[in-house]
Amino acid sequence: MTRMKNRKLRSNLITYGIVIAAFIAVQALQSAGRLSSLMAGLLVPLCVYVVLAVSLNLVVGISGELSLGHAGFMCVGAFTSAFFTNLVKDTITISGLRFFLAILIGAAFAGIFGLLIGIPVLRLRGDYLAIVTLAFGEIIKNIMNLFYIGKDSAGYHMSLKDQFSMGMEPTGKMIISGPMGITGTPKDASFLAGVILILVTLYIVLHLIDSRDGRAIMAIRDNRIAAESVGLNVMKFKLMAFTVSAGLAGAAGALYAHNLATLQAKKFDYNTSILTLVFVVLGGIGNIRGSVIAAVVLTALPEMLRGLSNYRMLIYSIVLIVMMIFNWAPKVLEWRERHLGRFFRRGREEVM
Amino acid sequence: MAAILEVNNLGISFGGLHAVDNFHVTINQGELYGLIGPNGAGKTTIFNLLTGVYKPDEGIIRLDGQDITGRKTIDINKAGVARTFQNIRLFHQISVLDNVKVGLHNRYSYSTVTGIFRLPGYRRTERLMDEKAMELLKVFDLDTSAEILASNLPYGKQRKLEIARALATDPKLLLLDEPAAGMNPNETAELMETIRFVREHFGITILLIEHDMKLVSGICERLSVLNFGKILCEGETSEVLHDPEVIKAYLGE
Ligand SMILES: Nc1ncnc2c1ncn2[C@@H]1O[C@H](COP(=O)(O)OP(=O)(O)OP(=O)(O)O)[C@@H](O)[C@H]1O
Ligand SMILES: [Mg+2]
Repeated sequence: MTRMKNRKLRSNLITYGIVIAAFIAVQALQSAGRLSSLMAGLLVPLCVYVVLAVSLNLVVGISGELSLGHAGFMCVGAFTSAFFTNLVKDTITISGLRFFLAILIGAAFAGIFGLLIGIPVLRLRGDYLAIVTLAFGEIIKNIMNLFYIGKDSAGYHMSLKDQFSMGMEPTGKMIISGPMGITGTPKDASFLAGVILILVTLYIVLHLIDSRDGRAIMAIRDNRIAAESVGLNVMKFKLMAFTVSAGLAGAAGALYAHNLATLQAKKFDYNTSILTLVFVVLGGIGNIRGSVIAAVVLTALPEMLRGLSNYRMLIYSIVLIVMMIFNWAPKVLEWRERHLGRFFRRGREEVM
Repeated sequence: MAAILEVNNLGISFGGLHAVDNFHVTINQGELYGLIGPNGAGKTTIFNLLTGVYKPDEGIIRLDGQDITGRKTIDINKAGVARTFQNIRLFHQISVLDNVKVGLHNRYSYSTVTGIFRLPGYRRTERLMDEKAMELLKVFDLDTSAEILASNLPYGKQRKLEIARALATDPKLLLLDEPAAGMNPNETAELMETIRFVREHFGITILLIEHDMKLVSGICERLSVLNFGKILCEGETSEVLHDPEVIKAYLGE
């Protein structure tokens, strides 16, 4: 038993270590002036995608439910946090504190949305759940497109129609302008903040998996009827995984929103949800460390290959296929287990 | 003697089929009771009714005097009924130890926050759960397999793990659905000993479905024989097994 505990602990430490090592390497490159400005601009989005992938893996891999609406929760987190920051940017001038609060607010709102949406949709299974979550993701995005909120000397004004029906003084300032989104959010996000968010996300997800509730979540994934027969409330644990996952996606959204001058809802469409799912699947369903690596490689690769112009998508496709074989082909898995077992453990083994 | 399980007039139909019709049984504290009958007689359906997987069309189920008819599976488990499945249903992608710890879930508690942030209660409770789970695994000679994935256990051990997991919920009544299915005679004999031991050691009542007559006649004190959803015969094991009706309907030539 202690051996098993130690292995889990070591596996977790390796995952944190990879993230920290990557951070140090990037810092070194940057201070040596070896990082292209393109890559430098990609650092925060990279962190966003890692957090998204890890949090989605909690639902897809650990809870065993196919969700295609992850971008919707990211959207909630992005807008609520950016809205908050715009409200308080003149009162709270310490950007670190302001950003910390913004992330908490983004995560909290996204978590609440996750809970509220989860209650009806988690009754569905398999393909039905996938379709309904996809729909909810799109609905959230479209609702965010509707909001016009502004502030003038008389206070706050809101409309769901357009800017002019808000009845705001001409000197008033728009905070959210419908499809044009939120502009003027201070750029509080940084690579360091992103890496910290990744570490916190990993800490929460890895520890949840390796706890009493995490075991219950996985038991329900493996056999729902047996789980009920030993007294587990299926809905409670499915909701728990879904809500935590949504909250973390909201935090990723907050990070994303504070890295952009203009935040628009159209970014949070199903393409983003599907892309996140691709990271999860290629990194290995249920394999948290795999999600981190897949998100980094598949986000950075297209940029790194830009110089190769015509061959870029070709190489990208080859990498996708190689990753798929590496993580899913039975023969390769066997070989990996034998020779690299210590370094590459699939999620299944990881949660032993 | 106090009745642990009292079932009266239990019935359910699927479409036109009366899968279980007017079933009744009274099982006393500490008894080892058998439920036998040909394929499709309705035995597993009775387990599903007793555990709330199906809601009965009619009838009353009392556990230790408490009416549990129509309650949800998880509440019935909390009231003290645990079971195994004819088609093994393990949590196959988690370890053998964790399968039993899931069974312990409702008996040891710490909050989600304690689990995530590793607050003091976490380590203590997990250690208690580990000890309890290992104790249960030992009963079934599974302690040396604690760390492997449940799906990697050989078939016979998977059946034992299901029993260990069920016992982890601390039931008053344990329902075993064909526990010896797929076992060789040696394993079956060993299982008989284990079932007896479990009854003594945990002081529980056991209702079991089994096709293996040696096991049934070896450990069951009383039996009910089911045929086409109806009780054909019931009583002391030796008497029931010599009943001409039973021999004709079930035991065959
Ligand atoms: N959910 C269901 N829907 C329809 N019919 C069902 C359902 N569950 C059971 N039955 C039917 O009820 C009858 C009894 O089935 P049951 O599984 O209880 O038999 P059994 O006595 O356990 O048989 P075996 O020895 O083969 O396990 C069968 O005809 C079966 O097809
Ligand atoms: Mg059956």
